[in-house]
Amino acid sequence: MFSVRIHGRGGQGVVTAAELLSAAAFAEGLESQAFPSFGSERMGAPVVAFCRVDERRIRLREPIAEPDAVVVQDPTLLHHVDVFGGLLADGYVLINSARSMDELGLDELRGRHHPERLVTVPASELARARLGRPIPNAALLGALVALTGLISLPALERAIAARFNGAAREGNRAAAGDAFAWTDRLARARESAHA
Amino acid sequence: MREQLEGSQAVARAVARCRPEVVCAYPITPQTHIVEGLSRLVHAGELAPCEFVNVESEFAAMSVAIGACAAGARAYTATASQGLLYMTEALFNASGLGLPIVMTVGNRAIGSPINIWNDQGDAMALRDCGWIQLYASDNQEAVDLHIQAFRIAEALALPVMVCMDGFVLTHAFEPLEVPDQAQVDAFLPPFSPHQVLDPDEPMTIGAMVGPEAFTEVRYLAHAKHLEALELIPRVADEFRSRFGRHSGGLLEPYQSADAKTVVLTLGSVFGTLVEVVDELRERGESIGAVALKCFRPFPMRELREALQGAERVIALERAFSVGVGGIVSADVRAALAGLPVQVNTVIAGLGGRPITRRSLRTLFQEARAGNLGELHFLDLKADVVERELARQKGGGRSGPHAEGVLRDIGAVAAGPV
Repeated sequence: MFSVRIHGRGGQGVVTAAELLSAAAFAEGLESQAFPSFGSERMGAPVVAFCRVDERRIRLREPIAEPDAVVVQDPTLLHHVDVFGGLLADGYVLINSARSMDELGLDELRGRHHPERLVTVPASELARARLGRPIPNAALLGALVALTGLISLPALERAIAARFNGAAREGNRAAAGDAFAWTDRLARARESAHA
Repeated sequence: MREQLEGSQAVARAVARCRPEVVCAYPITPQTHIVEGLSRLVHAGELAPCEFVNVESEFAAMSVAIGACAAGARAYTATASQGLLYMTEALFNASGLGLPIVMTVGNRAIGSPINIWNDQGDAMALRDCGWIQLYASDNQEAVDLHIQAFRIAEALALPVMVCMDGFVLTHAFEPLEVPDQAQVDAFLPPFSPHQVLDPDEPMTIGAMVGPEAFTEVRYLAHAKHLEALELIPRVADEFRSRFGRHSGGLLEPYQSADAKTVVLTLGSVFGTLVEVVDELRERGESIGAVALKCFRPFPMRELREALQGAERVIALERAFSVGVGGIVSADVRAALAGLPVQVNTVIAGLGGRPITRRSLRTLFQEARAGNLGELHFLDLKADVVERELARQKGGGRSGPHAEGVLRDIGAVAAGPV
């Protein structure tokens, strides 16, 4: 079982992101379950959505308290919401930001988690370039699959193609691909820095 | 073919494959996605000649369903929470008139205090309205139960409520199979009503019945429910043979045959519960679970047979009757009368509070240690309750509990500003 918790604000497509990830896992031949944190969804209010991926049928129906990965769509949440609460020691962190972890004041995370699993990606900028709008969902998922290897990029692309039409389909697919490549390059650069 | 679908969308498609002729609805969270899905299909002409009727209230929704069904149309609606309460009077009429309407209830708490989240207080409050009440453990079962519900309803001339936990199921996105049209057509024949309001052959329905026959007419309603206890498992068996999976029936045992402790529950918590049962079984504990799929009629005999070997039954309920405690538990105790089985009522998951594995593990540990009383509220914040009670004892205009408790836990700045 691999569990992902996605934090964002109402209107940013947090629920869509979790559903898209689950559809990508399904496209990969895995079992998957996505669900929102149910609330009065107001524009701008903190929102959480969850996604579980497993090789066997998922029966569990509780919210994800101890995620394997945390995705933060909106870095302004970092100071308001305990986004890293319960994150497993070997878990992943992916933040939508053009700034580094250190610049975001998150250097202390390196003491608790594997540093190579903590990544910021400029998903809004990548999305703006491809979609004309800063909707970071698809880009963040591209980065997430590159970071975790949870599912393949083609499976994510199939889920995007099934979810969106026209320009949004192409734009989101391209943004996901860009973020995948961006994250992959980052991982290689870190590896060679270690070598 | 399985697809990754939202529970509500899958239910909308399943209902569509049952070829309803009238769908009437008034939107209320968390069932709205279901009727939205159906309205899109009607609008696209995929359900012709089905008519989608937007009504001004839930009372009107049920009234339209009654009228449509009495005129011989297969009628469907969906609601939740306050919406279900608002149609209360019409619900009793639908069952009293013997109209086989099928309705989804996306279970949600009842206010006050207002709460949009899941529990089963809505359907439980309408326990006695004469409808058959089926509860889905997961979304695949919710899909399948709707197809079975039309069969059951129309065979018995009784309305059926399919209860699925709001949000937990309605808003979950997972791999689901919606049977194809040919399969559903083979399982569910066209509606052949027991009664039809027809201008060419006029008749009246809804007669006033006085003391001379009211008891007999009401007894007949009970007799029909007893008949449903025979029919529901048969429909589930036929469903299994045609569709290749088990869904519905009266109850579903899980590792309970030889278990000393059996946890009985309704709805979506069953999934989390069986995960905990597996964990504890691996540690050698004698524990099992039973999902009650049909609450009305209540399967007294079947439940007694399923639970009679247990030393302890924990009835895990997502609703409760203020002033007494368990609603389902009362019937469970009646079913087990005379047997040396201890029944603990556990009220859990009210107003959207998640029922977690962690809480269930602790609960079962307490049960093993003999610390579980006859009535227990899972994860109750006793300190919050005590502070509020003390505050109210202070006298004066202490105000309502809701605002007092919210101030206490610091959730919002409620009350005087």
